[in-house]
Amino acid sequence: MGKQLLSGNEAIAQGAWEAGVEVGTAYPGTPSTETLENLVKKPDVYCEWAPNEKVALEVGLGASIGGVRTLVTMKHVGVNVAADPLLSSSNTGVGAGLVLLAADDPSCYSSQNEQDSRHYAAFARIPCLDPSDSQEAYEFAQRAFEVSEEFDTVCMLHETMRIAHTRTMVEVAGTRTQRSPLPYESRPQKFVMMPANAVRRTLVTNEREDALVAWAEECDLNRVELRDRSVGIVVSGALYAHVREALPDASVLKLGVSWPLPPAKLAEFAAKVEKLYVVEEACTYFETRVRALDIEVSEPPAGRLPRSGEVTSAHIRAAFGVAAPAHIDPAEGLPPRPPAFCAGCPHRLVFCELRRLKAIVMGDIGCYTLGAVAPYSATDAVIDMGASLSMAHGMELAGAADRSKRPVVGVIGDSTFAHSGITSLLGTVYNGGTGTLCILDNRTTAMTGTQGNPVNGVTLTEQAARLSPLDVPAGKQLDLVALCRAMGIEDVRLVDAQDLKAVRTALKEATKATERLSVIVFKSPCRLVDRTRKPMPTIRDCRRCGTCIRIGCPALGKDETGHPVIDPTQCIGCGQCAQSCPFGCIIEEG
Amino acid sequence: MPHDTSAVADVNVTGERIQLDRTLTILLVGVGGQGTILAGNICAMCAAEAGLDVKVSEIHGMSQRGGSVSTVIRVGNKVESMVCDPGCADVVVAFEAVEALRAQHFLREGGSMFVNDEQIVPVSVSIGNATMPADARERLEGIGAHLIPAGQIARDAGSPRSTNVVLVGAMSTALPFAREVWEDAIAKRVPAKTIEANLEAFSRGRAAVA
Repeated sequence: MGKQLLSGNEAIAQGAWEAGVEVGTAYPGTPSTETLENLVKKPDVYCEWAPNEKVALEVGLGASIGGVRTLVTMKHVGVNVAADPLLSSSNTGVGAGLVLLAADDPSCYSSQNEQDSRHYAAFARIPCLDPSDSQEAYEFAQRAFEVSEEFDTVCMLHETMRIAHTRTMVEVAGTRTQRSPLPYESRPQKFVMMPANAVRRTLVTNEREDALVAWAEECDLNRVELRDRSVGIVVSGALYAHVREALPDASVLKLGVSWPLPPAKLAEFAAKVEKLYVVEEACTYFETRVRALDIEVSEPPAGRLPRSGEVTSAHIRAAFGVAAPAHIDPAEGLPPRPPAFCAGCPHRLVFCELRRLKAIVMGDIGCYTLGAVAPYSATDAVIDMGASLSMAHGMELAGAADRSKRPVVGVIGDSTFAHSGITSLLGTVYNGGTGTLCILDNRTTAMTGTQGNPVNGVTLTEQAARLSPLDVPAGKQLDLVALCRAMGIEDVRLVDAQDLKAVRTALKEATKATERLSVIVFKSPCRLVDRTRKPMPTIRDCRRCGTCIRIGCPALGKDETGHPVIDPTQCIGCGQCAQSCPFGCIIEEG
Repeated sequence: MPHDTSAVADVNVTGERIQLDRTLTILLVGVGGQGTILAGNICAMCAAEAGLDVKVSEIHGMSQRGGSVSTVIRVGNKVESMVCDPGCADVVVAFEAVEALRAQHFLREGGSMFVNDEQIVPVSVSIGNATMPADARERLEGIGAHLIPAGQIARDAGSPRSTNVVLVGAMSTALPFAREVWEDAIAKRVPAKTIEANLEAFSRGRAAVA
């Protein structure tokens, strides 16, 4: 196949495929998503989206114990969701190789925190491999399956956004190892984690940990590069590339295995250099562990590295006193350009009306998190996937609605509802809670790139074949109204999210009925899925009240006189501005 | 604008092999949906065809929702970091003028900046929370940027969606790859029926700098 320019995620998919992976499961999450989207396109491998990461890992465990090599992928916060099966499967071990890709996001480019997934590898005592570019991502993916089988354990493959989303040259073999599924036999003492078995299996895990440490000491993935011995740096992942950029002459211990650490190798390296430093980002994962081995870790000569956020060559240069390249100052006074709801986005009118209601909004994870920013500023809290509905219930228990005279509303997207919102809603129903819950059903998992999900009914295989969620037969979609009714909620409404009056009425009526629980399903497709354009409206006799501008449409601006102007390249003729004008001055065509 | 996220597959070195005395850094900035990713892939392909090492780093996430986006391409005999730090960009290509200003400190001393001479008003401005810089053009001229009416050039060439390829033409004048290598890369990366229009856009972009 020769050389290819592949992202880390593409390289991992290729490596896993060559290693003979037969099943792939995941919940989409930046920066991990493209791994399975690439793997599904390859022959002789089955891939699916799970409703959440816990389910993905459990499906993966079943497939592995059932005898085939399996890849499970997720973003860092997804590992929290999958932590339950992860921690207990540490003691059971696996069947055929099982690799868990955990993709971290230092600097929170697309995440709610920047936790380091390797803490989970250490916590679960499972090996963790850490590639520094796509070539290594491709190779380590294959090695991870070997390690998983050799040591009878889930093997974590860890990457950060810079590895996942950077294309580098990869020498691709292109040949797949054909493997026969392992014969299946029941082994309850290994896989049934009742206390007596769990205690015995923990002893096996202890022995495995010792064996893994011995392996890490000798492993070729841990590499010493001895150069200038006055500076010795322990580093892994993308940071290795940044260290080499900033400090080409430094001696480096590059750890391709980030759990377990090799104590003897670290001590030997420390003895060969004058001062040992650790370069890492957004955590003290290595520093704490190296210090615990009684190896002295020095502070960089010109100051510490940042405690949070992505670390790049510029930070390393600064910490080690290397002059930065000359440059002009950053420009000041520029308008910020955060992401915004697209023109025609079905979330827009719902947040306009929530703002109007002065509701206390418990939000959730997805594009609609943008309801928290101007001009809506309508969302009070966003913590984690599925939290909106359960937090709204907690707010109710605290009496916040009564004391503030503001209704409490939970807002969640369709994919997030399937991920972990259903159980949250069940908790409210079961305990006789009240309040209003909005499910924004835009027919897709928009935030991560319009993936299929259990609500729209598009499988990963169908997504790869470009099936539009709009073409899925109703019977294959999840009927959210029926589901909520089946849970015992009587006040369930289905509302067109593009119909301003209907949105307003539904929210008003539902929040007024404070004695009962109500659910509003706002249904309208994401504009990245439904790209239908209608003619641009015209503006006549405008009174410059500014109401249309406050809906925050990127296609709507103002001229010097304050008169609204519609950008014909961005407008899709959705009619949101026309509906919002209190004087009927924006006229829809046709 | 569909995102061109497919891999540059099966790189065959067809162009003349090039050796560089140091790694070159190209920074592409713009607004989500402007086609920066395609432009980055064309550039990366040229480097690969020249037998060079290359790394292309993209900030994904919410790029389709009108936020600031950036792509870094680093090419050299052996490329280490995939990030562009301040003062490190040999070439900055800005698809929008405010984004050009936002990226000005990444430019290396003596580097080249090519700017699409257009401004896209962010929602923060239209809702009255911020203002556009009144003197954006003057400030960009002050730092020696090449202001190119890339959108107008693309429309004049009869291919309004090729603004990004006009800018590829402009940046090609500051990079060591032969014109044929660029043209070959464009032909491989754009839809078949748009090859001719895109090559015309590329040609006009080159001419706009000369």
